Amino acid sequence: MTVSPESYVALSAVLFFIGVVGVIARRNPLIMLMSIELLFNAANLALVAYARAWVNNTGHVFAFLVITVAAAEAAIGLAIVTMTFRRSAHVDVDEVSALRG
Amino acid sequence: MIVFGILALVLIASAVFTVTAQKPVYSVVGLLANFIALAAMYLTLQAEFLAVMQIVVYSGAILILFVFVIALLSSGTRPFEVGPDKAPRILIPALAIAVLTLAGLTVTALHTPITVVSTATTNGTTGDANAFGSVANFGAALFTTNLLPFEVTAFILMVAVIGVVLIAGDATPGAVEGRRKKRRPGVREPIVKALRQAQDDNG
Repeated sequence: MTVSPESYVALSAVLFFIGVVGVIARRNPLIMLMSIELLFNAANLALVAYARAWVNNTGHVFAFLVITVAAAEAAIGLAIVTMTFRRSAHVDVDEVSALRG
Repeated sequence: MIVFGILALVLIASAVFTVTAQKPVYSVVGLLANFIALAAMYLTLQAEFLAVMQIVVYSGAILILFVFVIALLSSGTRPFEVGPDKAPRILIPALAIAVLTLAGLTVTALHTPITVVSTATTNGTTGDANAFGSVANFGAALFTTNLLPFEVTAFILMVAVIGVVLIAGDATPGAVEGRRKKRRPGVREPIVKALRQAQDDNG
């Protein structure tokens, strides 16, 4: 018995939900970045599930591009985190308000 | 079906653990379990190359980056502190937004008509050289139809590398105890100097 694509997409929506909660509710920038990775992964799961449903590997190529962008995003985000919090031992995204007008 | 159920349970449990863990290191462990389960799920969806890429890029590169940054940030005398989470204050609006997202995604997914094509009859079975989702199949799609997006990928990675060097490559003086006293000319100085020069030239 095969699993329907709807199950995969529903699972992807649940993972996206968990990631959104992580980004909104957590204050640690590292955990927020990891939640963003969860969001990327949920989107990738939906892409791959639809690619399988339609037997069209453009979805795979798209997921590959998403992985690349996720790598770039993680590198830049972690660079910003290290630069911002190198001065203090206290890590809190709410205290980063230097750009507030 | 059983495999899907087990993998879905592992995925959701590890994602919840990642989001709710108190220390970032625990989150990394949860994320590792999540990535590996997702790679296995890609295998059940006949995306062999993506399963390998998931392990190599995510578990191999991105997670190691996270571990190094955690080690770097807490390399002082004591582990770094984090303020209390925002959850008590904004839990209700956050949950509202997230539930709306979930509902929208699910409704859209369930109302999209999908005609499932069996790959067993059209493209051979998993593991064949030219079956759907195999490395050869994926490579042909990547290097013929989608060659331009692939090349743009290289550009994106180059921009990321340059950005990281510009943002984090230069140490601010006296940032961390034990850092080198004398400041070496960093990568940023020539660029900043050139920008100031240009500003002066413009009046």
